[in-house]
Amino acid sequence: MERVPILKIGEILLVSIQLDMSDQTALQLQEDLAERIVATGCHGVIIDITALDIVDSFVGRMLSSIASISKVLDAETVVVGMRPAVAITLVELGLSLNGIRTALNVERGMELVADARADEFPYDDELADGSDDDPETTSSP
Amino acid sequence: MTAGIDLDQPHAQAIRSDEDVVRVRQLVRTVAVAAKLSLVDQTKLVTAASELARNTLVYGGGGGVEVATVDNGRRRGVRIIFADSGPGIADLNLALTDGYTTGGGLGLGLSGARRLVDEFDIDTGVGKGTRITVIKWAR
Ligand SMILES: Nc1ncnc2c1ncn2[C@@H]1O[C@H](COP(=O)(O)OP(=O)(O)OP(=O)(O)O)[C@@H](O)[C@H]1O
Ligand SMILES: [Mg+2]
Repeated sequence: MERVPILKIGEILLVSIQLDMSDQTALQLQEDLAERIVATGCHGVIIDITALDIVDSFVGRMLSSIASISKVLDAETVVVGMRPAVAITLVELGLSLNGIRTALNVERGMELVADARADEFPYDDELADGSDDDPETTSSP
Repeated sequence: MTAGIDLDQPHAQAIRSDEDVVRVRQLVRTVAVAAKLSLVDQTKLVTAASELARNTLVYGGGGGVEVATVDNGRRRGVRIIFADSGPGIADLNLALTDGYTTGGGLGLGLSGARRLVDEFDIDTGVGKGTRITVIKWAR
């Protein structure tokens, strides 16, 4: 069985699905990703599906599960690069990718992960660099 | 691969494993491209085929597909026949309802596949297996 590689880029795990996955490969990816989130302590996962020419109910369900699992493990998942024809087909199939955040490309996905993190933990930066200048208060007129 | 496919004869593929479901998707894609279906129609047909091939494996206990190009005098299309000699479907209306599943799936495979193709015909019954024929016409 082939396996989908998971890359750690800074604080983010990047999964770029380059092959037509068998159902077993998809399930394996789900498990591997959960393990890597815990092992690395990453708070963001980006799944790049640019190369996927279809998403059926099985892969759709896998994407939803990954989003839920990562949530429980304190990580945010963003799916990026869905092709227009895939989006059209998914809607007609009746699959709503509930709970899945999507973005156009990896770059936007990274921004979304960072934003989600900032919303949830607004004081993270302050704690990290020890400064007390909150941009929101200093920029007020 | 695409260039070399012979559209004048049907192509068969057994469905006995997960990997075979992947092969069915690839075969259908190849024929759909050669038959000049639009990109969206190719995507719809391959997605429907993926759902039906998985059902053939999971519920039908395995079986096979035949992929062929067809011509109705006005348009060309791709026809796929999925066949298994599994338990069959007792209540077809129920099975075709969105969300109905006996296997812990989403229950979208059968009903969704029907929406994604132009023609959908199903021949099934308890103890007689299941045979599903779908066609997608080129526009
Ligand atoms: N080839 C088959 N032989 C016997 N029963 C079948 C076959 N195909 C489908 N069924 C029955 O029809 C039900 C609905 O199928 P459908 O593909 O819509 O949903 P699912 O496979 O359960 O879930 P999903 O496809 O969304 O993951 C199945 O749960 C199964 O009981
Ligand atoms: Mg199904």
